[in-house]
Amino acid sequence: MPSDPIISLRGVTKIYGSGPTAFQALKGIDLDIAQGDFVAVMGPSGSGKSTTMNILGCLDVPSGGEFLFKGRHVETLDRDQRALLRRRYLGFVFQGFNLLSRTTALENVELPLLYRGEDKKARYDSGMAALDKVGLKDWWDHTPAELSGGQQQRVAIARAIVTQPDVLLADEPTGNLDSERSIEIMELLTDLNRNSGITVLMVTHEPDMAAYARTIVHFKDGHVERIEEGVSA
Amino acid sequence: MLGTTVILAFRAINRHKLRSFLTTLGIIIGVAAVVTMVTLGNGATAAVREQISSLGANVLQLRPGQGFGRGGGGPRPPDFKQADLAVIENQLTGVRAVAPMVQSSGTAIYEGSNWSTTVYGTTAAYFEVQSWKADTGRLFMPEEEEAGKPVCIIGNTVRTNLFQGNDPVGKRMRIKGVSCQVIGALATRGQGGFGDQDDVVVMPIKFVQRRFTGDRDISQIMVAVDDAYDTSTVQASLEELMRERRKVKPGAEDNFNVFDTKQISDTLTGTTTILTQIVAAVAAISLLVGGIGIMNIMLVSVTERTREIGIRLAIGAVAREVLMQFLVEAIVLSCLGGLIGLLLALIASIAIAPLMQVPFIFDVKVNAIAFLFSAAIGVVFGYFPARRAAALNPIDALRHE
Repeated sequence: MPSDPIISLRGVTKIYGSGPTAFQALKGIDLDIAQGDFVAVMGPSGSGKSTTMNILGCLDVPSGGEFLFKGRHVETLDRDQRALLRRRYLGFVFQGFNLLSRTTALENVELPLLYRGEDKKARYDSGMAALDKVGLKDWWDHTPAELSGGQQQRVAIARAIVTQPDVLLADEPTGNLDSERSIEIMELLTDLNRNSGITVLMVTHEPDMAAYARTIVHFKDGHVERIEEGVSA
Repeated sequence: MLGTTVILAFRAINRHKLRSFLTTLGIIIGVAAVVTMVTLGNGATAAVREQISSLGANVLQLRPGQGFGRGGGGPRPPDFKQADLAVIENQLTGVRAVAPMVQSSGTAIYEGSNWSTTVYGTTAAYFEVQSWKADTGRLFMPEEEEAGKPVCIIGNTVRTNLFQGNDPVGKRMRIKGVSCQVIGALATRGQGGFGDQDDVVVMPIKFVQRRFTGDRDISQIMVAVDDAYDTSTVQASLEELMRERRKVKPGAEDNFNVFDTKQISDTLTGTTTILTQIVAAVAAISLLVGGIGIMNIMLVSVTERTREIGIRLAIGAVAREVLMQFLVEAIVLSCLGGLIGLLLALIASIAIAPLMQVPFIFDVKVNAIAFLFSAAIGVVFGYFPARRAAALNPIDALRHE
């Protein structure tokens, strides 16, 4: 069950642009995410949920406030340090899958391990294990073009978990999939959360998908509007 | 880190074969065109130089009248006499050899073959002036010259056309209806400044005067200047001597001319230098066009690659690693293209040079410059768009359409 917060946001703001055209996307976010939690982030477009996810994923930096990841201040890190943080602790799943084209499922999955400098044998073993976990072991030598959308997203999930990250960030992971594939993906995420202890943060605008989460954070106008806890137990 | 990026670079090249091929194609064409053109241009220049040097170095040609074929109105200036030759030989310092010459054209016949050619009447000194040696047989004996015997020495073109592969020495052929004995055949000289120098039959001047020209005049005197003397000094002395001999009044124009073969060589060398420069300019343009081709392919693939960069950054690659991969890719493709281009240029030059009758000259400098220039274009245009993409926020790079 949820214990210490792995992520803490304190008064986080984000302003795009400057001067009269400046737009304040985040107006002071306070949020704690417990280790092992499954959090769905909801809200209308422009509510700040994607901006928050980008900051939580260390892809973007806050304009103000504090962002603690495992007790470390991320807002003070530079580009490369944040890249190393992503490499070590985070996994990403995108709405558009974002696999490398003309590259086999296994090579896509192995990619993060390559950047970690792991050797060929270790890459192969971990890559195949991750593909096995998402049920695509037999499809390892297929390129994205030869896989269905659901399969591509599962390869993307395998790529995200192959490094055994602490946190998996999923940005509308079912946005491009039909309901049947969406359910498969959600069950896979739930399984990873429960059985592998990965903290899952997911942006979605579908209540059906959010229902798989344990906690739902509602965003509105750059604020956290409300937090529902214990949605699914 | 370098190992990883090299693996990634080769994977990317292998996966996008068409893109890789098109990128290298630009470089291949650029390099091949430049190197081939400059190589052939250099060959042509060398061929012209070769022809110039075959005219004989430090040779003064003394002819009646002013310049080539400028007869104009008035009486034709007189030809030279035997006495003029003797005076030049005896009074002019710095002379290595002096040869008189008369010319006539006619048909040479041997058995069934006949060949239209030029007959030179001269002495053995002619071969010394021209630094020309017999390939087989011998040159004139003094008594043959003195008596004007019907003997001839043939150039290689005449030999090929009349005797095919057979040894002509000792054979009797007919020239302008007169029988003569072939005593020697000359070494090949090739194309000269004034056509095929090997298309010639050389006979003793006295024979040619007696049987063909019908007088004892000498139409041209060739003077080889000793290497130890300055050609222009000897030329000035020769002009002074001839004005005196031909009784040209002070202030009047010469009724003869002395032509320094070095003048032709200087003129022709200047011309070929300009030609080479034009070729180099054309080559530079094709290199530039090739470069623009490379830029195009590189820029077109930026959209696709920007997303790729976004993916790599998101899953934890440091910008430096992504850039290193692109740099390695660009270097590999550019160098590969450059090497293929050099190879093609080598093959093309070796194939085309004989057709153009120019020597093949491998110029390391040209090869190196073309290679480095195109490789630099490939690397720069492969690297800089990637650098811009890697500077983007990973999220923006991912959204790039």
